Amino acid sequence: MALQRWFQKAAQNPEFYAGSVFAGAPQVLGLTVSPDAWQQAAEHVATGGGRLQALWASRDRDGHDIVRVAFIAEQGVLVLSLVVPATEADYPGIEQWFPSASRMQRAVADLSGLRSTDTDTRPWLRHAAWPQSFHPLIDAQTSPSPPAPVIDRYPFIPVEGDGVHEIPVGPVHAGIIEPGHFRFSVVGEKVLRLEERLGYAHKGIERRFTEFSLLSGHHLAARVCGDSAVAFSWAYCQALEGMAAAHLPNRAVWLRALALEMERLANHLGDLGAIANDAGFAFGLTQFSRLKEQLLRATEQTIGQRYLMDFVVPGGTRTDLSSAGVRLLIDAIELITPEVQALRAIYDEHAGLRDRFVGAGVVSSTLAAQLGLTGLAGRASGQAFDLRCDLPSDPYGDLVPKKIVRSEGDVAARLAVRFDEVTESTRLVQRILRELPTGSHQVTISTPSEDALGVGMIEGWRGPIFIALEAGADGMIRRCHPHDPSWQNWPVIEHAIIDNIVPDFPLINKSFNLSYSGHDL
Amino acid sequence: MLKTLGKICRTGIITEPPPLGDDSLRIIDALQSRILEILGRALCIRAIDAGSCNGCELEIHALNNPLYNIEGLGIRFVASPRHADLLLVTGPVAKNMEVALRRTYDATPDPKLVVAIGDCGCTGGIFGESYASCGRVANVIPVDVAVPGCPPSPRQILTGIVTAITEAVPQTSRLRQSG
Repeated sequence: MALQRWFQKAAQNPEFYAGSVFAGAPQVLGLTVSPDAWQQAAEHVATGGGRLQALWASRDRDGHDIVRVAFIAEQGVLVLSLVVPATEADYPGIEQWFPSASRMQRAVADLSGLRSTDTDTRPWLRHAAWPQSFHPLIDAQTSPSPPAPVIDRYPFIPVEGDGVHEIPVGPVHAGIIEPGHFRFSVVGEKVLRLEERLGYAHKGIERRFTEFSLLSGHHLAARVCGDSAVAFSWAYCQALEGMAAAHLPNRAVWLRALALEMERLANHLGDLGAIANDAGFAFGLTQFSRLKEQLLRATEQTIGQRYLMDFVVPGGTRTDLSSAGVRLLIDAIELITPEVQALRAIYDEHAGLRDRFVGAGVVSSTLAAQLGLTGLAGRASGQAFDLRCDLPSDPYGDLVPKKIVRSEGDVAARLAVRFDEVTESTRLVQRILRELPTGSHQVTISTPSEDALGVGMIEGWRGPIFIALEAGADGMIRRCHPHDPSWQNWPVIEHAIIDNIVPDFPLINKSFNLSYSGHDL
Repeated sequence: MLKTLGKICRTGIITEPPPLGDDSLRIIDALQSRILEILGRALCIRAIDAGSCNGCELEIHALNNPLYNIEGLGIRFVASPRHADLLLVTGPVAKNMEVALRRTYDATPDPKLVVAIGDCGCTGGIFGESYASCGRVANVIPVDVAVPGCPPSPRQILTGIVTAITEAVPQTSRLRQSG
């Protein structure tokens, strides 16, 4: 099979370009390719059932611009690097095989100045705050902002016809939500087309990373997306520890898994209430926000923070968990479990709720595969992928999580996946607490040498979180690219809403609950 | 329906006293009457995320859970700046949000209060000022109270809101704070 050949080539190629060996996450292979091979590989990955994980650009020590792409397949992760010569303006785009690549390529053009050959060349993360000629990840100058803040005109694709009108929403939203803009084209109540415009929360995270040392970058990684702090900081540390050839004690990785599953539980509990609330069932929000609060308080009492922004650190975890803490957490989880089951029965038997959930915002399995829907939302549309099961890093090989998959692809399915994942994460947390290995929770790690490359991949609650890390001189970060699964999933919402009514948008949107900050960077 | 009602009854009222001192009931009355004195009705808050990581939003959401029960204090979140007395602003202000934040501030009727939430809202936090970030909220609009924390707890946020409403005297016009 064509896809297999690329993995073999990457595994056997003795002529490794220095920039193609990636440490960190399990089963990552790198290969430097020509422009032709770049597209050919994309085609073979797509036809072989592989998926696009991330696409980004970096500049090496000698000033070569490199565009990189990470694919995931059954065999593992394949990272291709394409050196873009200075004389050649455009590199070959891969949108025809991976539609979600379009926005990633547009972001690369905004931040690094490398353009793809694909047709949509509208800016994506760049609005009017800095000029087109400035490329934040390449140019040394700091602040070329225009004298007065302005709003640019973004060419939305218009829909024309009798009775069609547009509803613009955002960037400031009606609720307590992150900023973004939605342009609906509607007839009556029915949505004909939705076009998203994101980038409002862009605060220069990737450039900011280059001002951090390798051993302190996890603080920023944890704040790429506040609801996925553990996943991002773990992915960062995984890349870093791979580059430093560090070996972590068992207790450290088990504590990280505990934190990751607690983060999953907290987010799922919050969403289970918020989704019902968007269907007019305030009771659900009241009950689930109460359970979430109980969980956060137990987390604070035992681990020290409600949201674990600084728990995962290079070499392990910042704090250990006492035996009293273990007991307290076991008790807290045991209190929550039966309540979730009781509430699920109430949700399932509520005719009005079912009416809102079933058949709303459907993404069929075929469409999901075509567009590359990933993570939790993907698993609700038959995309049976979960890094914890497919490419497990320690300790998930031992924990063996159950993969939760549904095929209906509607709001009800995304809710059901969350309910089932709450049950599964509860089981995992209980097992971790009972079997927590003894030993140290942290080891000292050394600074990776210049030019070392690393990849970190952790299945956060929303989906696969990816970090690509490159070591610079003097222990500093040369490049860090964090990638949230929202990049893949935002474009799918544009499809999920078609033919639904406008008032169902908040419900459908919440059932995905994608990140703005994690995407806008 | 019976299950739902049963659950409501079994859960009972779990709201905790607000972080205002010992004699909580009297102080709730005082706070409510102070709000009524100033506004003549409930305090209406408009939350604006000007570029945060979403961490502060999670804790602002928590204020609506039944343990903090912010509506029970006569404070509620509204969907438009036109309805708001107080703006709760999070994040370092992303340059891409600068105009939207200014317009939201301008659309809020006087007298109005602004509470900046989180380390980023207070100082720019870990993101600082850059080609893409204006830094702290006070660099863009006048701020009355700033609540540090990453993220601040719901109690700390509530304390910030209460501080703004009880101690600051809203003015119809104020000069922009200098950098």
